[in-house]
Amino acid sequence: MKSKSSRYLAMPYIIWIVGFIVIPLLTIVYYGFTDPNHAFTLGNLAEILVWENYRPLYRAMLLAASCTAICFLLAFPLAMILREHKVGRGSIIVFIFILPMWMNSLLRILAWQTLLERKGVINGMLTALHLPEQHLINTTAAVLIGMVYDFLPFMILPLYNALMKIDDNTVNAAYDLGASFWQTLTKIILPLSVPGIVSGVTMVFVPALTTFAISNMLGGGKIYLIGNVIEQEFMQDSDWNQGSGLSLVLMIFVIVSMLFVNHFDDKSDTRRGGIM
Amino acid sequence: MEKMKKALSNCYLSLIVLFMYAPIATLVVLSFNSGRSRAKWSGFTTDWYLEMLADDTIMAALRNTLIIAFLSALIATILGTLAAIGINNMKSWSRNTVMSITNIPMLNADIVTGISLMLCFIAFKISLGFHTILIAHITFNLPYVILSVMPKVRQSSKDTYEAALDLGATPIQAFFKVVLPELMPGVTSGFMLAFTMSLDDFIITHFTRGAGIDTISTLVYSQVRKGISPTMYALSTVIFLTVFIVLMIGNYAPEWLSRRKK
Repeated sequence: MKSKSSRYLAMPYIIWIVGFIVIPLLTIVYYGFTDPNHAFTLGNLAEILVWENYRPLYRAMLLAASCTAICFLLAFPLAMILREHKVGRGSIIVFIFILPMWMNSLLRILAWQTLLERKGVINGMLTALHLPEQHLINTTAAVLIGMVYDFLPFMILPLYNALMKIDDNTVNAAYDLGASFWQTLTKIILPLSVPGIVSGVTMVFVPALTTFAISNMLGGGKIYLIGNVIEQEFMQDSDWNQGSGLSLVLMIFVIVSMLFVNHFDDKSDTRRGGIM
Repeated sequence: MEKMKKALSNCYLSLIVLFMYAPIATLVVLSFNSGRSRAKWSGFTTDWYLEMLADDTIMAALRNTLIIAFLSALIATILGTLAAIGINNMKSWSRNTVMSITNIPMLNADIVTGISLMLCFIAFKISLGFHTILIAHITFNLPYVILSVMPKVRQSSKDTYEAALDLGATPIQAFFKVVLPELMPGVTSGFMLAFTMSLDDFIITHFTRGAGIDTISTLVYSQVRKGISPTMYALSTVIFLTVFIVLMIGNYAPEWLSRRKK
């Protein structure tokens, strides 16, 4: 279908994305730059400098970075093992590691809540073993565990895809030329898996940075992240201008961190492992 | 040494599997626990499943989730497939512009996409409800469909379509009998991807739903504050099983079928 007229097949789609992507984004920009009286202001963006808003953003950055690092440290050896055992794409083992990605994430957080609660499964086991109960839920650690659990499959898949694409001959050549395992890892395998690392890091970091459900369910409202601040502005305080301003700031943070991460990936887009 | 390495790596794989599946297994076990306690096993029961089936809010949420997932995936697949064919025939300037806009929902954080849609609906006086969730889901599903179908459109040859026309087929016939079958693998995987994305979504639904309508995700979120009833565990078990079966079929059935054909 190469005729010129087939271009018009995209018309309904173009109308759709103008209506539901472009206009909504302009709406949020409009609200972000105006006050309730529709006058131009930068005050909504400047709100981020207030301690109550700045602190949750900083905390979210810290948690998202830790979550990304932990996911990478867990997933990389896993992907290496799968590569070494030559576990193929369609194999059941790979299926097992990627399956949780498709399960409702709220239900998976619910599972952790059940485990960590004061009268939850872990404390129940501790009591049965006559050990003291632990305070697990509503801590930063609980939120971090929830994040790692929720996003780990999104790190495993791209890393696995990238590692499987590395030619065995390249790795063997390095060994034959006298490189140690460590040298081969840092000089051959890691550089060649950069596209996978980049997409894994983006797929974990961005949702972790902007989550409000995990921090609310496992942090009990005590671990306040930037996502929670924005959600409250809209759902409870109904302060759309300030909420939009903070959303725009968050958007800038996401874009900047993605540019930063993508900077390591030298235009090798075509080789990137996508989603399933 | 080799053996030791093998044992170590198997041990590592098992630990990760344990980390990933122990919480899910816990929910499954608790869904059969007759007591309400999370810490004590008080006997086997299937009561929670019966209670779940009798619970109108849960059933309505389940229905909404499935209908929205199916409809949004279907509409996104139709719009997206047509769009992929059209975009492929555009001049490079307009193609790049359209593709950049297509990527926005994938790059943007879900919370921003959700809020921008909600603001837009309210600003244009569209009341929030089932239809706004559906529109939002179609919107975030579209990029996944296009990215699945696009490679197939690029691979397909234009000659077959023209040959069909030369042989007397109408454009519509040629589209359904020649073009579409060639794109079909991309179209099905796009549909499946969109369907699962929609099933799993919480954040965008949270902002675009009105009061009085729930999907499974938003229901779980609201239950958490009230205290979780064991019927939720029964529901989780049912959902996990369904996802497992659907993905098994989606992943292995095409392979299995093609092997049988040979």
